[in-house]
Amino acid sequence: MNNDKLILAILLLPVFGALGILLARRWPNLRETVTVLTAVSLFAGVLQLLDPVLAGLRPAVALLEPLPGLPIAFRVEPLGMIFALIASGLWIVNSIYSIGYMRKNKENHQTRFYVCFALSIDAALGIAFSANLLTLFLFYEVLTLITYPLVTHSGTEQAKKGGRVYLAILMGTSMLFLLPAIVYTWHIAGTTDFRAGGILPGDLAPATVVALLALFMFGIGKAALMPFHRWLPAAMVAPTPVSALLHAVAVVKAGVFSVVKVVVYVFGFDILSGHTDWLIGISCFTIITASVVALNADNLKRRLAYSTVSQLSYIILGAAVLTPLSLVGAALHIAAHAFGKITLFFAAGSIYTAAHKTDVSQLDGIGREMPWTMGAFAIGALSLIGIPPFVGFLSKWYLISGALAGERYVVAAVILVSTLLNAAYFLPIIHRAFFRPAHDDPHHRSGHGEAPLPMVIAIVLSASGTFIAFLFPDIFLRLARGIALGGTS
Amino acid sequence: MSLAQHLPALQVVLPLISAPLAVLLRRGAVAFAIVTAAAWTAFAIAIALWLQVAADGAISYHIGNWQPPWGIEYRIDRLNSFVLVLVSGIAAVVLPYSRASVEREIPRESHYLFYAMLGLCFTGLLGITITGDAFNLFVFLEISSLSTYVLIALGRDRRALTASYQYLIMGSIGATFIVIAIGLLYLMTGTLNLADMATKLAAIKSTRPVLAALAFFTVGVSLKAAIFPLHQWLPNAYTYAPSAVTALVAATATKVTLYALIRFYFTIFGESMVFKSLPLPEIMLVLSLFAMLVANFVAIFQTNLKRLFAYSSVGQIGYITLGLSFDSVHGLAASIMHLVNHGIAKGGIFLLIGAIVATLTTRQGMPPAPTFDRLAGLAKQMPLTCFGIVIGGFSLIGVPGTAGFITKWHLILAAIEKDQWWLVGAILISSLLAVTYVWRFVEVAYFRAPPAGSAPRGEATYALLIPAYVLIAATIWFGIDTSFTVDTALDAAQLLMHNSR
Repeated sequence: MNNDKLILAILLLPVFGALGILLARRWPNLRETVTVLTAVSLFAGVLQLLDPVLAGLRPAVALLEPLPGLPIAFRVEPLGMIFALIASGLWIVNSIYSIGYMRKNKENHQTRFYVCFALSIDAALGIAFSANLLTLFLFYEVLTLITYPLVTHSGTEQAKKGGRVYLAILMGTSMLFLLPAIVYTWHIAGTTDFRAGGILPGDLAPATVVALLALFMFGIGKAALMPFHRWLPAAMVAPTPVSALLHAVAVVKAGVFSVVKVVVYVFGFDILSGHTDWLIGISCFTIITASVVALNADNLKRRLAYSTVSQLSYIILGAAVLTPLSLVGAALHIAAHAFGKITLFFAAGSIYTAAHKTDVSQLDGIGREMPWTMGAFAIGALSLIGIPPFVGFLSKWYLISGALAGERYVVAAVILVSTLLNAAYFLPIIHRAFFRPAHDDPHHRSGHGEAPLPMVIAIVLSASGTFIAFLFPDIFLRLARGIALGGTS
Repeated sequence: MSLAQHLPALQVVLPLISAPLAVLLRRGAVAFAIVTAAAWTAFAIAIALWLQVAADGAISYHIGNWQPPWGIEYRIDRLNSFVLVLVSGIAAVVLPYSRASVEREIPRESHYLFYAMLGLCFTGLLGITITGDAFNLFVFLEISSLSTYVLIALGRDRRALTASYQYLIMGSIGATFIVIAIGLLYLMTGTLNLADMATKLAAIKSTRPVLAALAFFTVGVSLKAAIFPLHQWLPNAYTYAPSAVTALVAATATKVTLYALIRFYFTIFGESMVFKSLPLPEIMLVLSLFAMLVANFVAIFQTNLKRLFAYSSVGQIGYITLGLSFDSVHGLAASIMHLVNHGIAKGGIFLLIGAIVATLTTRQGMPPAPTFDRLAGLAKQMPLTCFGIVIGGFSLIGVPGTAGFITKWHLILAAIEKDQWWLVGAILISSLLAVTYVWRFVEVAYFRAPPAGSAPRGEATYALLIPAYVLIAATIWFGIDTSFTVDTALDAAQLLMHNSR
């Protein structure tokens, strides 16, 4: 099969997987087998594209033209490759985890859950491979809509409210800001293709550049730039596997991926230089503010959600600084944060499943009950704080180097301060879990032990990912450097 | 081939004959078969005509071989061949559906009358679309209107009678205005042939009677097409009419009158007269904005699903008139493609609502109104029906991948071309209003608990679902493969703008 057809095969695979899941709905074991098999073959398919992309090829395929001159088209470039690898790879781990979580918690509508999950991953890959803004927008909106049933999975009043916020912010921003930005780009550039060096005409007035960039940055609500971040904590009402893969990896990374893509391939460094100070300001503000909110959040998933908001802005910051090194850092941080945060969410879900605890203040001594889970949690947290030997260290290193190379000393300082804040909201959890005695709580019996085996396997896999990615960052680095070259024509 | 030459006549004559045949034969099943066959044949003919026009350009057909401007001319170009496909296509889908739906909603003894009226209704609509003669247009307008009044009155709810009466009054006023306009034009030009009238008008455009004709025509059509604020008849008519009728009328009737408006503005009066020398575009712009924002806002607060989507129709008609008011190729193209894009989405939605009503109807019982109380938790029992309504709703919102998005894109592009950024905002806010009313349905159907004591119902029958899903699938199809809608609309818009300069 040639690479171009392979792209289509990859994008069709989860659709067929979803159909298979639907057909196997009466036999849960078969159904989950279909999910895992689809995930594994999807990852294998994406891996097939890795070598050609590393070799400098850009497999591409174009389908119909819904608008004259604007096809639905796919083109695999390094940044999309990173995103696709992470989304499809972690889907395998997450599927294993989901089996344990959904069964142990006796969730309803499991078939719907797995079907929507497969389609969400498909939409994420559609975003990763999109060759122009129209295709990106199409899959961006599909991703919002297909994750809505997952967010509101439980069907409770609270889920309905969370779903409202989720939909209102994500659809509201994408319609009010992103769509006009895309149409305007089409109007002035005559194309919406992603091209190295950007597509916008060079003689654009500075005010127009800033306005258009603002429309894009706030329009991509999935990147959770403040003040449009509220959907992410609202989405935490979903079952934890959804929070783990979608709201720490696929959905939010689709957001920051689109941000980087727009900055590098629509604007290009030349046009943007000197016009991103405000964006740097807002992302720095988001980093610090979200960290402070996380610090005060007692609910574990809420704390993780605000930590995600803050970490996403690292990536936006990396793009906004406009140096090759910071861009490498941004691309690398897409991977680093994915591994770290999915581990933390897995841990939160395991704690909920085994001990029915949701708050940080309840976690005293839980490390002795659940050593694997909390050990993995510690590793994920250390990686996110940016401590070697975990991959989070590498991305932060590049981000800071990039900031220094661009003589943005304030940015470097913000990253350092936020590292302290990260430590301040993660380390107490680890401390409680391992070093405080379990206090008597009449509502929660102790002696619950570890979560079910599939969950433990998944969490160990994702935690070791942060370590392995630190040891062998080569593939990610090579891909990330490929993007850095794309900023300048 | 002689038959192929007469396709334009057959397009109207075949459905026209089917109606009296249905009455003569008096048996519900036979009447159904005849009118359905007529609708399908009409659809095939419309496609053949569309292909022929796309390949060889406009067709002029002389009824009875009388030369225009004395005889009646049928004139088919890119624009009306497109509308013909819409009208006959919707009729071809609604008719097979109506059998299962009418069974529950209309007494058996008047079935044959129902089919006869349905046949007359789309005959009239096809006639308005195809004819190149002003008086002929008025006659067909009356045929379609009168049959629609009857069809709406057939609704089992007593309020259908008042709804029909209300529509009758407003529709008759509209028709009177239109006939006054045509009379004035005839007076000034001495001809009823549209093309001939256009050439003769060129010299006397700014005379008072012609201006009066324009005003009468605009108001008359606004009444028939439910252009804000002359839309009051529409919500009641859509709500209380039998389901199949609501779908047919919502998808085609207003669209055809809007077609007539476009035809008269661009072909007869001329773009420069309508849009350059009169403040019409400004008025139209303001009214469109009111329709998009107010009607869509009102839709949010409805508790009857049919009424909710009826108000949504008023808002969507606002998109069409907004596109007109831009007076640009992209704007006009957006209006033309939205005739179809909105027609199929709304048709599909009303068919699915009809499926709900039919399923909730007990044998010999009254068809219940689809209020939110009855729809609570319905997604569990009728997953396919509810999901279809949501997909249709996506098209009303303009989610990419649906037909509605294609229209929205062109509208935004037209607004950006004119540097009217605030209009871009207004268009997008109105689609956010659409999100809100679609999501009201989602939350009721998917999150609320079913009403206590309600008997469990199964999914709607396939006889109802399949026709509805044909239209729902079409909204997705025309969101992805737009070679039919966008190419035709852009072509037609370019021709209209070019010829009327």
